[in-house]
Amino acid sequence: MDKPAAPDFVDIRDVMLRYGESGGTVALDGLDMRVGKGQFVAVVGPSGCGKSSLMKLVTGLQKPTRGSIFVEGSPVNGPLKIVGMAFQNPTLLPWRNLLRNVMLPLEIVRPHRAQFRAQRKKYEARARELLEVVGLDGFEARYPWMLSGGMQQRANLCRSLIHEPELLMLDEPFGALDAFTREEMWGILQDLWMERGFTCIFVTHDLREAAYLADVIFVMSARPGKIINVHRVDLPRPRTLQSTFDPAFIEIVQKIRNEIAQVRQEGKTRHKAGGS
Amino acid sequence: MSPSTFRKLEVAMPWLVIGSSLAIWEAAVRLFAVREFILPAPTVVVNALIAFHEPIISNSLFTLMNTLIGFGIGVGVGLFLGIMIGSSRLVYAGLYPILVGINSVPKAAVVPVLVLWMGIGQPPAITTAFLLSFFPIAVNVATGLATTEPELEDVLRSLGASALDILLKVGIPRSMPYFFASLKVAVTLAFVGAVISETIASNDGIGYLMLQAASQFRTALMFAGLIVIAAMGILTYLFFVLIEQKVTGWATRKQDVMMTGG
Repeated sequence: MDKPAAPDFVDIRDVMLRYGESGGTVALDGLDMRVGKGQFVAVVGPSGCGKSSLMKLVTGLQKPTRGSIFVEGSPVNGPLKIVGMAFQNPTLLPWRNLLRNVMLPLEIVRPHRAQFRAQRKKYEARARELLEVVGLDGFEARYPWMLSGGMQQRANLCRSLIHEPELLMLDEPFGALDAFTREEMWGILQDLWMERGFTCIFVTHDLREAAYLADVIFVMSARPGKIINVHRVDLPRPRTLQSTFDPAFIEIVQKIRNEIAQVRQEGKTRHKAGGS
Repeated sequence: MSPSTFRKLEVAMPWLVIGSSLAIWEAAVRLFAVREFILPAPTVVVNALIAFHEPIISNSLFTLMNTLIGFGIGVGVGLFLGIMIGSSRLVYAGLYPILVGINSVPKAAVVPVLVLWMGIGQPPAITTAFLLSFFPIAVNVATGLATTEPELEDVLRSLGASALDILLKVGIPRSMPYFFASLKVAVTLAFVGAVISETIASNDGIGYLMLQAASQFRTALMFAGLIVIAAMGILTYLFFVLIEQKVTGWATRKQDVMMTGG
């Protein structure tokens, strides 16, 4: 496997992923994707197009059946420790208060785990600071089940960022929230990203969300998923809800919506043709 | 009915039911002149309790000790097996059918075998108490471990967490409510085990006392024994309910909060 000439931060080359043996479902095929360092990238596509498989591949939780994935120039062979992850389900631990929930990754990831006891005060301060950024100061001692879904998801974001990952992987993190809370979360995430400068891959099926947050939007085809189009979103930062009424914003959302409608249609006809 | 009277009534309900059952029992025995060796009236049973309090106390302490020792071993073994079964599919496949098999053998049928190996008295009583109590603990702990969210596992594995890390940080704490819920069931089963063994093969214990009383048609004493067993069972049950609430309140408080809409 030849090394990429100009290494992007995340570099996915002709990846195929099949679950099970040779007859199994092909989730992704011919997937190519490049993400620059510090970029905010959104991946959108029809449901079941393998967006979540993409998450597992990039974080090294799943090995591709074919093709290769490089992060920071080196091939991914196992779990990466420089990533943070968050999913739609906040999965906070109900027996830990928010502060201890946010600190969980520090008890696990190297090199922090070795110094966790000694540096506890410092780590606590770091967790408090992060909770404050997302507007959860004063809730450190609360337990997750005392909080609303939006607050839990904010704490979940803090947990995914506490170990200062270089790459943040988010899989529909705001999918279960109501529209108002979701738009509020966009602002919070954008602030965090602008302040901390991590690279972010954001999987979603909400096109407005993708256009609000991302520099680049990758559109995926129906299963087996591959990238069928790439859009740059050149709206100025920080974006606000006002930006979502910008003609350029509306145009890009409209364009992607049409593309996805088309791939869904193609997927259906292919399915029919295969079935008859 | 106002909410406060309803709540008072709710608290009083168990006592009302117990009190009225005893009253009906007493009345029925007197009314139909039931002979004492068939069914003694509650007052007669209480008299027997007082009259024979010395042997009752010494024998029930013996039973309590056997029960708690067997239960203690059951907790250790059950916890260990539960963690093994719950965290490894191979161990699950290998052990689960055997455990179900062991659990479905009537323990009264095992006591003679135990007597053959260990003699009579304390050793078979402890073993039977253990055999009855470890299974619910193991199954509950395994179930608790199986409820770990796969997303959370992904989050932690991507950070380089080992299987042991995930077990210690997430799996075991998450299975604790299941563990403590199983303790209260297991401890009552341990009583059953100890008493079964004492009835079959022992010269001490409340089970032996009842068997002796039965052979002499002292039915009131038998009922006194039953009441003592029930009382010990209820007290240990309540003890573990209390511990459960203290230790894993987060699991039940969640429901309270949701119910009150808070």
